[in-house]
Amino acid sequence: MQDRNHLARVSTTHKVHVIENGLIDIPMLQILQPDGSVHKEAVAPELDQDTATKMYNTMAYIRVLDERMVAAQRQGRISFYLASTGEEAAAVGSAAALSDDDMIMSQYREQGALAYRGYTTEQFMNQMFSNEKDPNKGRQMPIHYGDKPLNFMTISSPLGTQIPQASGYAYGQKMAGKDAVTICYFGEGAASEGDFHAGLNMAAVLNCPAIFFCRNNGYAISTPADEQFAGDGIASRGLGYGIKTIRVDGNDILAVYAATKLAREIALKDECPVLIEAMTYRLAAHSTSDDPTGYRSREEEDKWRAKDPIQRMEKWLESKGWFDEKAAQKLLDKTRQDVLAAVKQAEKIDVPPIEDIVNDVYSEVPWHLKDQLEQLKSHIRQYPDVYPKTSGRIK
Amino acid sequence: MAKMNLLQAINNALITVMEQDERVMVFGEDVGHFGGVFRATSNLQQQFGKGRCFNTPLTEQGIIGFANGLASQGSVPVAEIQFGDYIFPAFDQIVNETAKFRYRSGGQFSCGTLTIRTPYGGGIAGGLYHSQSPEAFFAHCPGLKIVVPRNPYQAKGLLLASIRDDNPVLFMEPKRLYRASVSDVPEEDYELPLGKADIVQEGKDITLLGWGAQIEILQKAAEMALEDGVSCEIIDLRSILPWDAETVAESVMKTGRLLINHEAPQTGGFASEIAATIQEKCFLYLESPIARVCGLDTPYPLAHEKEYMPDQYKTYEAIKRTLKY
Repeated sequence: MQDRNHLARVSTTHKVHVIENGLIDIPMLQILQPDGSVHKEAVAPELDQDTATKMYNTMAYIRVLDERMVAAQRQGRISFYLASTGEEAAAVGSAAALSDDDMIMSQYREQGALAYRGYTTEQFMNQMFSNEKDPNKGRQMPIHYGDKPLNFMTISSPLGTQIPQASGYAYGQKMAGKDAVTICYFGEGAASEGDFHAGLNMAAVLNCPAIFFCRNNGYAISTPADEQFAGDGIASRGLGYGIKTIRVDGNDILAVYAATKLAREIALKDECPVLIEAMTYRLAAHSTSDDPTGYRSREEEDKWRAKDPIQRMEKWLESKGWFDEKAAQKLLDKTRQDVLAAVKQAEKIDVPPIEDIVNDVYSEVPWHLKDQLEQLKSHIRQYPDVYPKTSGRIK
Repeated sequence: MAKMNLLQAINNALITVMEQDERVMVFGEDVGHFGGVFRATSNLQQQFGKGRCFNTPLTEQGIIGFANGLASQGSVPVAEIQFGDYIFPAFDQIVNETAKFRYRSGGQFSCGTLTIRTPYGGGIAGGLYHSQSPEAFFAHCPGLKIVVPRNPYQAKGLLLASIRDDNPVLFMEPKRLYRASVSDVPEEDYELPLGKADIVQEGKDITLLGWGAQIEILQKAAEMALEDGVSCEIIDLRSILPWDAETVAESVMKTGRLLINHEAPQTGGFASEIAATIQEKCFLYLESPIARVCGLDTPYPLAHEKEYMPDQYKTYEAIKRTLKY
């Protein structure tokens, strides 16, 4: 049996030694300056024009989708929405650095990653309108997307639950010999949940090829980051768990891309987790149920509007001669029209048939749920006007 | 008297008790400056300071663990869990700690001063994770009290009693009624008894039993039944644990029939416990089997929310079946 020594890395001191927060500097990687030019000391990651254009277009698409869907919620067409305005670069830049085989386990503000993978406007709408074309069968609130073909795990509302799951998923990928990692997104608020600590520790101890991607956007609903934790952000915790850690400017898509690309290489080659903390700002309200004027100033928001990640990338594309203003404007107009058309289409589609209320509770419907379904159907037949969404299709 | 909605009544109860007792502290996610996502704690931080009303980090197990320690020290914590659906990370702290503190220490230590407030229930297009009614999980846990108000008047009186009770209380607020339910609420201090059911309406043919937002459903079903000449007695259980078996049994001995309604799934729901106890106490008085009108044994769905809910139509049909038995 191997001898263990849990003091192997412990040095000795002969005076009382207090280690204080802040002694370890964790710098933030920034490649693009706010004016879109590359920092003198920085090296831009290798990106071809097509990929760069796709990244830009996805951010611009998400900006429009978010605006239109917040408006749709205000009009009462959907019950809820959650925008990612200001944080597009974090989701899109990281997703662009992955392989399509990599699993994405997201929180709920990473629609940019899903769109980058190829989720269509129609698919977004089918989920948000809970219609029968939603592969998740209309069971969850709007924005809880999930798509197996795109390797995007269905979103769960309880915060942080996906973090230890990502460790397990990544371990399974490794054991199955897959050339793939799991990326797990979460906010700095969710990182206070016990699941964060459990998940990171397990990933480190069990050598799981997972990328833990924290969007530190300054707020958890109304709670500012300085009431969420007293330490140096989320990055400092990675070190405590023995996890390789990168802090990055979340509004700089090149920095996010470069960091995630390297993290993926490390995770696969060294079979270990990597933590990325992307420093950004939630310009949007937490959700359509929230009103940020109750807890932060317009001036504070304006400071971050000036750091807009889309404009920053636009200027960089211009400097490369890759930005076609007319094409970009055309794309915006088309997206607006497409979203409106998709809304109109999706709201016409029926909700899933009533049988789906009992399907998927188990792999097969057990006797008591069969009984409950039959009772429910006979009740709906008796009161068809009370249940108009399903009564028309019950024989 | 003042007209208040359920949120205002809760806010008013918290102000009442915080003014009287400096040991009372209110905390949870977003409850500080913002006043909570539903605004139940509005202005408390402004009035009582950051030391007594504050935001916590986003960790339910942390909130309740912290509250347990605070209660055992002698303070009076009123901890908020933002949604009942999010209480489960704190399940260990509540079930193994809050509820067992007194018993395991032979009465030396306890979390008796703790009150946990949490919104519960559906009907708000909340889907799987903003709609659940988790009372039955906690009803299986000796050492806790569980209280559910049905309107603003009940909410203030029951919350004040819960905070002052010498036992930990899980106070479950029907969020569907937060702004929808408005009633006259005394501005002064008053308490309503824990462990005591309330007869909302007297009747002679059948007893309808429920709690929280479902009382409105029972009232609507009773109106439908009245048109058929059926007289319903409606009881609001108010306390799930310990529950008032005596009041329910007396009613059933009078009417001979019992229907229990709750939003939570039927299997293992608290209606099962009530039915078992009442058939024991009232076996020879029962003229029909005890009826349960509950949520389906499925997670809480969004697209089929209306179909899932134990509404007045399902309740009315169950009343008819029970009477025809």
